[in-house]
Amino acid sequence: MKQLITLLLLLIAGMAQAQIDTTLLQINKTDSTQQGLNMDAVYDRPFLNLGKLPVSVGGYMEANWQYMGTEGITEGHEFQMRRMTLFVSSTIGKKLKFMSEIEFEEGGNHIAIEFASLDVEFHPLFNLRGGIIMNPIGAFNQNHDGPKWEFTDRPISATQMLPSTWSNAGFGLFGKTYKGDWMLGYEAYLSGGFDHTIIDNDQNRTYLPASKANFARFEESASGTPLTTGKVAVRHNNFGELGLSYMGGIYNTFEDDGAAVDEKRRLQVFAIDYNHTLPKWNTFITGEWAWINVDIPNNYTQFYGNKQQGGFVDVVQPLISKKMLGWEKASLNLACRLEYVDWNVGTFQETGYTIGDHLWSVMPAISFRPSQQTVFRLNYRIQQQVDVHNNPAEKTAGISLGLSTYF
Amino acid sequence: MLKSSFKVLILILIGLIVLSCEDILPSAPMESELLDGPMEGLTHAQSAQFIRGDVAFNDELFHSGNGLGPLFVATSCVSCHAGDGKGLPSTSLTRFGQIDATGNKFLHLGGPQLQNRALPGYTPETIPEGATYSVFTPPAVTGLGFLQYVTDEDILALADPDDLDDDGISGVPNWDYIRDFTIPRPDAITRDGKYIHRFGKKASVYDLLEQTVDAYNQDMGINSIFDPIDTFSGLSIDPEISQQTIRDVVFYLETLKAPIPRDQDDPQVQQGKAIFSQIQCASCHLPEMKTGYSPIEALSYKTFHPYTDLLLHDMGPELDDGYTEGSALTSEWRTAPLWGLGLSKNSQGGHYFLMHDGRARSIEEAILLHGGEAENSKNLYVGLDQSEKEDLIKFLESL
Repeated sequence: MKQLITLLLLLIAGMAQAQIDTTLLQINKTDSTQQGLNMDAVYDRPFLNLGKLPVSVGGYMEANWQYMGTEGITEGHEFQMRRMTLFVSSTIGKKLKFMSEIEFEEGGNHIAIEFASLDVEFHPLFNLRGGIIMNPIGAFNQNHDGPKWEFTDRPISATQMLPSTWSNAGFGLFGKTYKGDWMLGYEAYLSGGFDHTIIDNDQNRTYLPASKANFARFEESASGTPLTTGKVAVRHNNFGELGLSYMGGIYNTFEDDGAAVDEKRRLQVFAIDYNHTLPKWNTFITGEWAWINVDIPNNYTQFYGNKQQGGFVDVVQPLISKKMLGWEKASLNLACRLEYVDWNVGTFQETGYTIGDHLWSVMPAISFRPSQQTVFRLNYRIQQQVDVHNNPAEKTAGISLGLSTYF
Repeated sequence: MLKSSFKVLILILIGLIVLSCEDILPSAPMESELLDGPMEGLTHAQSAQFIRGDVAFNDELFHSGNGLGPLFVATSCVSCHAGDGKGLPSTSLTRFGQIDATGNKFLHLGGPQLQNRALPGYTPETIPEGATYSVFTPPAVTGLGFLQYVTDEDILALADPDDLDDDGISGVPNWDYIRDFTIPRPDAITRDGKYIHRFGKKASVYDLLEQTVDAYNQDMGINSIFDPIDTFSGLSIDPEISQQTIRDVVFYLETLKAPIPRDQDDPQVQQGKAIFSQIQCASCHLPEMKTGYSPIEALSYKTFHPYTDLLLHDMGPELDDGYTEGSALTSEWRTAPLWGLGLSKNSQGGHYFLMHDGRARSIEEAILLHGGEAENSKNLYVGLDQSEKEDLIKFLESL
């Protein structure tokens, strides 16, 4: 009987599929490498519309091969499916939009709702957003889609110092306005946030991304207080976009069942980001830099620093933009990423010597885009990492060949 | 035609990239420039256990979620022994409360080791009033397996407690009781129920199992089946690390290679080596020892060059902190092995922090801090001309 039902369902499904008029499937072709402000990234994604249905779907995937080595030690050939992400958005009604992003990583072992919010549009300068929001700290956190970047790896400062992709349940306001060549945008949110794991984790350093493992943050804030995130961005057509952002709040559980269990400890992050396309050469420049201050207990290990800083700069130079291999708007690009992260800014109490725990990396790249939605990229990483004691740097290098595409 | 050529070109390019992988990666440093790495002659199964111990020692980082503390000194083995080398003042530990062989009178107040760090919400220990203390920088951990399998008989043969040879150097073993979980060596020599201990600044640790168990418990607050007493509560608690991991770390420490000397053909190094013996440094920093039987074949009956005699020596008042362990006097310290000395800076942030607490900032300063039984050697060093001193330092840096 079960087999009969299964067969029947398969038959109906097949018929239903056969009935779909493919002309109804319309890809909303947005050039995702171009945008208004960085904060528009969640709107600036290609979606597939089914006829006049109010729901759009889309997504992207990233896969690569890499061969990396550190001072004679290598993991060998690594074939990786970094992530597949699904977007679902819907215009629910007048001035009501829902957008979401669900990410599958590690072959589906890690699934996360990175973004799921309802936007209520009152005025271009005054909109309400609520749900799971991406905290607007720096630029990368909100603008992280793989196909937009010429590099297989996400910036180290954005993922290993800042916790991209960092999203929380919360609410807030956003808006923007235009005048002549100028554009101004802002975002301000209250959300759940970090917890004690940022100074008590398996990285042996102050590590904001550790709190990403705490899924309870979508239910309750560890400190019982909100995390405040705000950003102001200004863009001029000739000078590019400059963003200033802040994220801060108490991160630890200082009270439990009404009893004081610790002091209140604050975390503050300041970030500056910039992007611009130089008109003459069409050179695209983007980058961000962040500073982190964390209140650490006085008698805690010095491996956990109370100050961190780091950032990255990407420069992308289109070399050829024309019809290639049958693709109408293909382009071949040369790119380079410069990165630096210092996870522990300061000196040792006992000796006065500078604490290490920093890293720099240079990553030249060649990318080929058959269209703006798809990128094939070849990267070569050169990296030096210094341990907390400032011992001789550990040298890492390697190549990766990958692809990423919206669908 | 053009398209096909382009495709072929891309395929060739990708092929070349894959084939040239090894050439574009950073090369490994010379083996002699590294302290870490396994000794030669391990079987495949032993190599696998070495790797497991390596991961536990160098990669396992503790936090409250996997048992750290709540009181602790460090959060991992590698925190203090970067690259298996010496540590720094910032990773030092403090011991307190014992002034003679009658034992530690401050055990009820947290002795012998100070847990000077604590998880948020907890209060770390402080040194109790009236307790003397000593600060120890972490030692290098390479070559320990060779020291582990030196026979008691050989150690005892080096001792000269009454200075019968009248060279001003005595040297005695540290006699102490062993722990409940310790299995004595088959050839163990005992005296009044006490055994010869050999590891640690005061030679107060019997073997590498005891050292490892104590380091997990006293340094990181990680309890094991061997020592279930929590340093915070003083109560027995469930193990926070498996017995197998402890065994793997012990095996790792046993089978780390001995430091490899460098520049041994350099005439200046050879001259320095001769001076080393000439001014009696080699009387305590014994250039050559041998192992007895070891269940690890690669360690059995091997000759090696640690530059220690594993004995305690009176080092004079300047190095007497007023604290001791086992049967050692407060002024007595175990002869520090000198192998790997020249690579110390690679794990000490590019600087030297020598002697038991890192107070010596250069090899020469360390020599000049020698007193007591080493007073004569120090004076002979002071009497050398500058080029001879440089030869000696060059030799020491080659170890």
